[in-house]
Amino acid sequence: MGGYVQGVLVLLAINVISAYAAYLPIAAGQLNLGIAGFMAIGAYLSAYLTNELGVAVLPAILAASGLTGLLALVIAVPVLRTSGIYLALATFAVGQIVEATILNLRIVGGAAGYPVSHYVGLPMIAGCAFGVFVLVFVLFRMRFGLCITALHDDAAVADLLGVNVRAYQTAAFALGSAIAAVAGALYAHHFSYIEAQSFNVLLSIYIVLYVLLGGTQTIWGPLAGAAMFTLLPELLRVGAEWRYVAFAVILIATMAARPQGLVTAAPLRRLFAARRAAP
Amino acid sequence: MLLQQLINGFALGSIYALVAVAFTLSIGVLNFLNFSLPAIFMVGGVATWALLKAGAAWPLAVLGALGAGAVLSLVIERVTWRRMRGAPLFVPLVSSMAFLILLENLVLVQWGSDLQQVPSPFAEVNLRFFGLIVSLPQLVGLALSIAMVFGLDRLLRRTRIGRALRSIAESSDTALILGVDVASVVPAVFVISGLFTALGGVLFALTYRQVHPFMGQEVALKGISAMVVGGMGNVWGAILGGLLIGVAEVLSIRFLGADMVDIAVYGMLLAILFVRPTGLLGGLALGKGRV
Repeated sequence: MGGYVQGVLVLLAINVISAYAAYLPIAAGQLNLGIAGFMAIGAYLSAYLTNELGVAVLPAILAASGLTGLLALVIAVPVLRTSGIYLALATFAVGQIVEATILNLRIVGGAAGYPVSHYVGLPMIAGCAFGVFVLVFVLFRMRFGLCITALHDDAAVADLLGVNVRAYQTAAFALGSAIAAVAGALYAHHFSYIEAQSFNVLLSIYIVLYVLLGGTQTIWGPLAGAAMFTLLPELLRVGAEWRYVAFAVILIATMAARPQGLVTAAPLRRLFAARRAAP
Repeated sequence: MLLQQLINGFALGSIYALVAVAFTLSIGVLNFLNFSLPAIFMVGGVATWALLKAGAAWPLAVLGALGAGAVLSLVIERVTWRRMRGAPLFVPLVSSMAFLILLENLVLVQWGSDLQQVPSPFAEVNLRFFGLIVSLPQLVGLALSIAMVFGLDRLLRRTRIGRALRSIAESSDTALILGVDVASVVPAVFVISGLFTALGGVLFALTYRQVHPFMGQEVALKGISAMVVGGMGNVWGAILGGLLIGVAEVLSIRFLGADMVDIAVYGMLLAILFVRPTGLLGGLALGKGRV
């Protein structure tokens, strides 16, 4: 496998993981515009654990993910008091503050960035992406998925039917943030250097776009969206400086044709029903 | 010196306020976080620069830039909002963001990513009072923002189209049933918000004398924050929030250092969201805090 293809696959895997980080809260009806902030926390925590405390890579990534999830639980208490567009803007502010705080943290290099000592390659990153997908797949097969979908469709009715709305929203938010931390940590260990500015709000917005472009109705949407967002600009490289112009036009055309996203529930259901009926 | 900083803060804030008004209209009436507005802001600034460089007189350059903003906004309405009415809440976000990518890269292809110096169309732009320096675009910008918001406020309260917009803000479906021609009123929201943002871009170009393809992003984030601080859907709140953010930014650069600006500004945003989730003036406006 050439270095270029490998580089693209690494980006694809990291983008898929971050897409699921955004998908969990979106599936519960919350738009988290601070994903990049949680990625940054995961990246810096994991880098710090390996660099300064001598922790091995895999435990460091898992610990960073867990700690970020706990931090997200704490942040969720005030943030989830808001809802709808206010929630999106509160998470946006959280992301901005995380970026600005790291920029001022001398202990991890501040504005000069932070070198990361332990390298991870494509197999591990692809493995983590697969692991995250399986986790989300299993979660949505369980009661968790059912309740999340219920409160996404109508929080009031879900509440009346005995779903603990607040608990599930908090869980989706914190779990999404923990997954974001994994994406950030993998990014840090692969590129061996991180700086706060790479985890800006634009990245958060792009990650949300993966999910919305792919479709929020099924767990296949984030996968499709992240793939299209990563691979299309690469395919359009022939267009030289016009490639992002072409990319934007294709995005606009895709959303105009399929406002619900690339993958929607109905055709998938038909496909699986046909398969089951065929033999 | 503090007074000078306040003046600078108000000048920056009046640009944020114009952008905040555009966001607040879009969210208040349509519940749509329009991410193409930063692009309109950039187009306003870049068009001013390009027309001035081509030798146009400044009134022509300003009108051209405003016109470009309004026309682009209409095109964006056609392709994003109109096609996606009834889709889930956050869906038009993708297309509007795609327009941001599109317009930024078109400008990039045409003129490159360098900072472009805007020639000053005025001979002497600085007025001096008692040792304080006020640049003319700053002063005009502040006066114009307040005048335009006053005009918008009248429009919303007194005119037929304003009543239609307020009814759509309450409930688009009910407005439709009661005979409001929603499809023909919504473009007005886009034209007005396009004009406000483009004017922000024009003033930015004339005050700070530089433009580049990505100039809209940072300003738009501050504009969104200004909208939230003032109270979403409240046009006077947008002015208040814009000026507050502008002054907070300039003062924290002066007293805390440039690195602390974002912590100060977004910390203030978060604090206000937690204490008063509807913003400082939210809930005081017409129709439950929305436009």
